[in-house]
Amino acid sequence: MADNPNPELDVPETKEPETAAPADKPKKKGVKRRIFLAGSALLVGGGIFGVWWTDSSVKAKAKALTVGEGEHGFATWMKIAEDDTVTVYSPHIDFGQGSHTALGQMLADELDAAWDKVKIEQAPSDLAFANAALAKGFLPEMVGQTVAGLLPDAVVGMMARSMPLQITGGSSAIRFTGEVGMRKTGAAVRAALVAEAADRLGVPASELTTADSVVTHARSGKSLRYGELAAGAAERSLASDPVLKTRDQWKLIGQPVARRDIPAKVDGSAVYGIDFTLPEMRVATIAAAPVRGGRLESVDEAPALAVKGVEKVVKLDDAVIVVAKGYWPAKKGLDALSPRFTDGGHAAVSTPAIYAAQGKLIAGGKADNEGGEGDVDAAFGAADAKLVEAEYRVPFLHHAMMEPFALTGHFKDGKLHLWGGMQDPLSTRTKAAKAAGLSVDDVIFTPMIMGGGFGRRFPDLVEIIDQVALLAKQVPYPVKLVWSREEELRHGTYRPQSLARLKGAVKDGAITALRIDYAQSGSAEGEVPFIYNLPATSRRHFAYQSNQIDGPWRSVNATQLGFYTESFMDELAAAAGADPYEFRRKHLPADSRHAKVLDEVAKRSGWGTPLPEGTGRGIAIVESFGTIVAEVIEATVKEDGSPKVLKAWAVVDCGTTVNPLNAEAQIMGGLIMGLSSAMGEAVTLDKGAVVESNFNDYPILKLADAPPQIDVHFIESGAKTGGIGEPGLPPASPALANALAAATGKRIRNLPVLAQAKA
Amino acid sequence: MAIAFSVNGKQVEVEAEADTPLLWVLRDDLGMTGTKFGCGIAACGACSVHVDGAVTRSCSMPLSEVAGKAVTTIEGLKAADGTLHKVQQAWIDAQVPQCGYCQSGQIMAAVALIEAVGTPSDAQIDEAMTNICRCGTYPRIRKAILAATGAAATAQQGDA
Repeated sequence: MADNPNPELDVPETKEPETAAPADKPKKKGVKRRIFLAGSALLVGGGIFGVWWTDSSVKAKAKALTVGEGEHGFATWMKIAEDDTVTVYSPHIDFGQGSHTALGQMLADELDAAWDKVKIEQAPSDLAFANAALAKGFLPEMVGQTVAGLLPDAVVGMMARSMPLQITGGSSAIRFTGEVGMRKTGAAVRAALVAEAADRLGVPASELTTADSVVTHARSGKSLRYGELAAGAAERSLASDPVLKTRDQWKLIGQPVARRDIPAKVDGSAVYGIDFTLPEMRVATIAAAPVRGGRLESVDEAPALAVKGVEKVVKLDDAVIVVAKGYWPAKKGLDALSPRFTDGGHAAVSTPAIYAAQGKLIAGGKADNEGGEGDVDAAFGAADAKLVEAEYRVPFLHHAMMEPFALTGHFKDGKLHLWGGMQDPLSTRTKAAKAAGLSVDDVIFTPMIMGGGFGRRFPDLVEIIDQVALLAKQVPYPVKLVWSREEELRHGTYRPQSLARLKGAVKDGAITALRIDYAQSGSAEGEVPFIYNLPATSRRHFAYQSNQIDGPWRSVNATQLGFYTESFMDELAAAAGADPYEFRRKHLPADSRHAKVLDEVAKRSGWGTPLPEGTGRGIAIVESFGTIVAEVIEATVKEDGSPKVLKAWAVVDCGTTVNPLNAEAQIMGGLIMGLSSAMGEAVTLDKGAVVESNFNDYPILKLADAPPQIDVHFIESGAKTGGIGEPGLPPASPALANALAAATGKRIRNLPVLAQAKA
Repeated sequence: MAIAFSVNGKQVEVEAEADTPLLWVLRDDLGMTGTKFGCGIAACGACSVHVDGAVTRSCSMPLSEVAGKAVTTIEGLKAADGTLHKVQQAWIDAQVPQCGYCQSGQIMAAVALIEAVGTPSDAQIDEAMTNICRCGTYPRIRKAILAATGAAATAQQGDA
């Protein structure tokens, strides 16, 4: 990758699909997640670093950045102050998913810290705080468990710094950072505190107990606070493989602890990136080429400069920026301009044209990637097989984070200072440095609270970083660039538009073969597991790239693959004359976690009990990011033909629920976002440009249309911890489509539902 | 031109163009950033404030229309001694916010609803709470509104 900070560890570009794209098609970047995976595989092989501060230079740097007077650092993850305050540093940003509180719970539990003395803060955007645990967690998903297990922590830490890794994505915070980093650190520091206390009290460590940030020697009645022990304990080396608590010993993990960030979010005091301000700061707003890949041809600056409060017009290759004393004059100035942009040769790109090209690609039969096993063609050809075929379509989707992009930059004394919210603080610096022609060390980034993200804030795909880097170098004052909602909606990194053809064979009430052919930019192989036990399966990816930049959108490829597979399961059930729940159940291993999740959601939703005429239930089950979620939606159709969701149930097996209160919120939110997208959301293209402009024509589900209450139930299987931020979303759209088919007899194969109701 | 009005009980005079939306006067001129920018076309409600007691989407109300009026923002809901408004407290108790960006507006809309009708029915909540929340906190918003008014969960929500 061009922005790989270690050129000697060059990471290959993900394979770009061949398309009929015109000559000046901008170079696309792959999805961050995929870049990371490809990178990691290559980086296996040497270096020194670990979760602990074994590298003295890293230790010095981390200490300098976080450890103050009266405080003692133990690892990049935490410090203890002499007044007993424990500060946990999260290498993940928290954009509403609640992982900061949950990560704190995990460390504090193993540490036996008093929860009211634990603070959770964002780790500084510095290489010393690169996330080794995350690298370690993702490894088995790409190189396999065996290879990953052979790598020492040192190598993994080096990998994290080389990437550089401070990413939030893949529902990874709890399952990787929490399990690998936070719990181990808490346990190791606890052991160091106990060892220190044993020496100070002159008693064996085995006679000491810990609770509420105090080490106690019961026999003598003596005790020492963590704050008293911190200085000495911090000089001790930490065990690399400390003994972790067993489930029955947990005090904080699994508890519905209140989130620490919430009080500041109900009184207006939380400062988001868009709220940041500095003395003498100016505010700017931008219009980029309406057609992705287009360039700025010309613009007469005069009309903007005539607006009171406007100070400067800045031209970029593909955009024009107006700088003013505030957002409103900047916006008025921008609206007064009539910039001319090229269409980059993409004038023929449209939503129907993309679907047509994708259909043609599949018909051509030349797949880029194939998963599955068994001989599907033989099964399709069997004499008594009943064949079912269907085509499904899903549109581009906008993230619609509620806070439009905003980033403040100040170029001063050769250094670029940035303030804002990104999903990966470290690579934000890398990207800005490249755009501004600076070394990474000369870019200082302060991560701020984010008003949502859902996959939109991976720095590699965020143009505002480059825009601010270029803008800040041209003005003597600090400048905050704010995107309008229109800019945000029309220059997204969308969930890809995708088309699929599915074919299944049913014999004696069971599936004998299933083929899923889908055309879109990226492949879902290795990302979305196929959960059913079938004699023959084939899932073929046909790479198609439009002029848009496709990005990860909450739960990534599991959204569309989940919709295709779980809708089609109902079609196959109908062909077999079977009940959709019983039919799924039949194709899942009897004692599997999947079967238990499915049974539980059927039980809780009263599956099979009678419903009023015109009301239907739909069921769907999808596994993503290590978590299995089954959902049931009960829905009907209103007089105007639009669907109405009445009730919803979700059953989740994520292994262990660290904070049930927050996990419930994540599942409910994912389910609602899934319903919202299925119901009305679509980014469409005409002449290469996005048609929709704002929330008036890109409708987000509102309270009245969301299920009034969602029954969320967790199965504490104790299996490997899975993610929680994303997996609640994928089952929602097929469950809705299945419910509507049950209610009306009409199968919905194209999303969004409302576009079809209108058609 | 200078336009005078009150914000959270305090008289202010703002020197800004008459067409400047109240939202940007609050954020850029008065430095009160609790009121959020979401869409600029009164479609999402992130910028909701009260103007003379009525819930108003401040991104679409020009400063000229605010002259002489009383504006209340999220920063003005707390009592003088810092005690949270019962709706703010209910929001914490029900752990409503996720990213939190829309919640200032949601709370302002909920306070206006409760001030208008006392204990709202589910149908009144459906009708009044039209602000967008991308995180999908709606079930907890409903729960918090009912809790703030002392109402138990109603029959409509009794399924779970």
